[in-house]
Amino acid sequence: MSRCATVCAVVLLAPLAARAEVTFSGFLQQNTAVNTVAANPDGRHYKWLEERAQLKLDATDGAWRLLAKGDLAYDHLGRHDKSELREGYVDYTAGNWDMRVGRQVITWGLGDLVFVNDVFPKDYEALFAGRPLEYLKRGVDAVKLGAYPEFANFELVLSPDFRESRMPDANRFHLYDPMPAVTNRETIGPGQGDAGLRIYRDVTGYDTALYLYRGFQRAPSMRPDSMTAPTKKISYFYPQLSVYGASVSGRAGDGVMSLEAAYYDSRQDRSGKDFAVPNSQTRLLAGYQIQPAEDLSLGLQYYAEAMSDYGAYLVTLPTGFPVDKRWSHTVTARLTHFFLHQTLRLSVYASYNASNGDHFVNPELRYSFTDKVWGAVGANFFGGKPSGQFGQLSHDDNVYVQVRYEF
Amino acid sequence: MKRWWIWMIAGLLPLQALALSGEEVMKKSQAAFLYPGKDFKARVVMKLINKDGQERVRELTMLRKNVGEPGGEQKYFMYFFQPADVKDMTFMTYKYPAKDDDRWMFIPAINMVKRIAAQDRRSSFVGSDFTYEDVSGRDIEDDTHAVEREEKIGSRDCIVVKSTPKGTDADFGYKLTWVDKANFLPIKEEQYDKKGTRYKLFTADEVADIQSIPTVVKRNMKNLQSGHRTEVAYLKTAYNLGIEDSLFSERFLRQPPRKWVD
Repeated sequence: MSRCATVCAVVLLAPLAARAEVTFSGFLQQNTAVNTVAANPDGRHYKWLEERAQLKLDATDGAWRLLAKGDLAYDHLGRHDKSELREGYVDYTAGNWDMRVGRQVITWGLGDLVFVNDVFPKDYEALFAGRPLEYLKRGVDAVKLGAYPEFANFELVLSPDFRESRMPDANRFHLYDPMPAVTNRETIGPGQGDAGLRIYRDVTGYDTALYLYRGFQRAPSMRPDSMTAPTKKISYFYPQLSVYGASVSGRAGDGVMSLEAAYYDSRQDRSGKDFAVPNSQTRLLAGYQIQPAEDLSLGLQYYAEAMSDYGAYLVTLPTGFPVDKRWSHTVTARLTHFFLHQTLRLSVYASYNASNGDHFVNPELRYSFTDKVWGAVGANFFGGKPSGQFGQLSHDDNVYVQVRYEF
Repeated sequence: MKRWWIWMIAGLLPLQALALSGEEVMKKSQAAFLYPGKDFKARVVMKLINKDGQERVRELTMLRKNVGEPGGEQKYFMYFFQPADVKDMTFMTYKYPAKDDDRWMFIPAINMVKRIAAQDRRSSFVGSDFTYEDVSGRDIEDDTHAVEREEKIGSRDCIVVKSTPKGTDADFGYKLTWVDKANFLPIKEEQYDKKGTRYKLFTADEVADIQSIPTVVKRNMKNLQSGHRTEVAYLKTAYNLGIEDSLFSERFLRQPPRKWVD
């Protein structure tokens, strides 16, 4: 529906584009990721194997701007419907306010692959299958209003139609499933929209922000129709969620420090007694980034999650389901080193959860052959607790290649 | 009769006043090179050329606004056109004298504004042979400056100033700058490593009057050890455009206004 609205908006604004300053650009890309440990659950050996073309139209006329970015891909692993409107929006910019209407990517917060206040949808499958970083984020169909009075900046995001995060496909990834015998499954969307507000400003040289979100969990929860055997059907749903958060970042010593916190108010089950709904949660992040030498940067993060109603969680958790700890502590590190006049980049990201041993390592080497052609090789290594976010993927280690020609 | 020496001193005074110290020359040079106008805009085309002649192009719009007097705080805003994989990327710097810069970067791929560690100012700017310091200036107080001699470069009368870092942490031994006596622009600069070997050479290859302000519109930095060099041309150069303070903000990092970045 809103996708249709976006397309309609694009068509209606075509005459505007006709007299505007218009640029076309895009790329052709090959992306392959091959398993190194085990075949996929569907027996295939590739996590990803596709050719992709993107075309981007960017038209500006005075205060108006139209941007449309569409992808067409050929997937060798049997997926259909591989055309996608990545982004498609119209901007209007006035003196101290502006507006963006349509499909757009929104990123909030300060984390590096750790999300505290970034409540917008992700594509975890893209992240784990060795796709380029830009595919980590999914666009939302929304109206974004910006207001910039003297004392602070406001960004209000209203989305008429909730969009979920994309989870890894069970045909391609070995996902943990507490009830593998139940094959009758359905997913129920919230059928409503969501809203977010970010307020930000500089406070004595520090970038500070407040975040409010009212909507739904982006990752689905599962509810069996009956907890006493036989369970016939499992329903996936997106529990109601509100998030209240804040962040600050600024110079500290020789580097940049970032702090972020948020309270995840699980509105659908504030008492924590419904095992199918995630407990209310506090999320904390502290990050520090330095530049120890020329063309070398190092980013460190500590990230914690704490359940609010742990007692209720333990009491209501069905037997046989994995038990999470009240606190989850994660540390991450990213090292980025440029060589050859910044045409060659080595980056390594590593994440380790001290509470359950979950870990994820992503080394990558990327080289720009020319100003238009670049290629990257990298790997994703997972491990840890069998039910953990990364532990469940321990059979999904892969190495990947990305090659892109940009025009 | 015994006052002859007074007359002699008096006669020397105007000369004393005219002869600038090394530090004064470098201050005037910094003001002429990096601070002219209230604000400044240029389309910057950088060619990174290796010793085999292979070229890479970095193209950006650079906007600069002075907050105070020459030598004081400045704000920079950069928007990248080329190469394709960094198109639409923006970069913002608040530059402070005698203090680390504040820097922000907008990464369009994930639509994120990121504050980045104030890299060593001596590190490479976008992979070129220019350092951040070469682009936006080095604090005068970081070095001692001595006038070495006067010398002609082509038809230009230049003062040659030797600048030696005060601290021991600098990555170079000293540098010589040929400052044009007429407009105080640096016409040539040689950087020497700590062993005294010349390893980098800057030349101002073309100076043009832009709104009556002498401006280096073509420059070159060559690494004499690797043979790699960077040619820079400033196109569409203009001063005193009335760039608003508000441009230097997260809002416009995310949505760079067309009127400033064309």
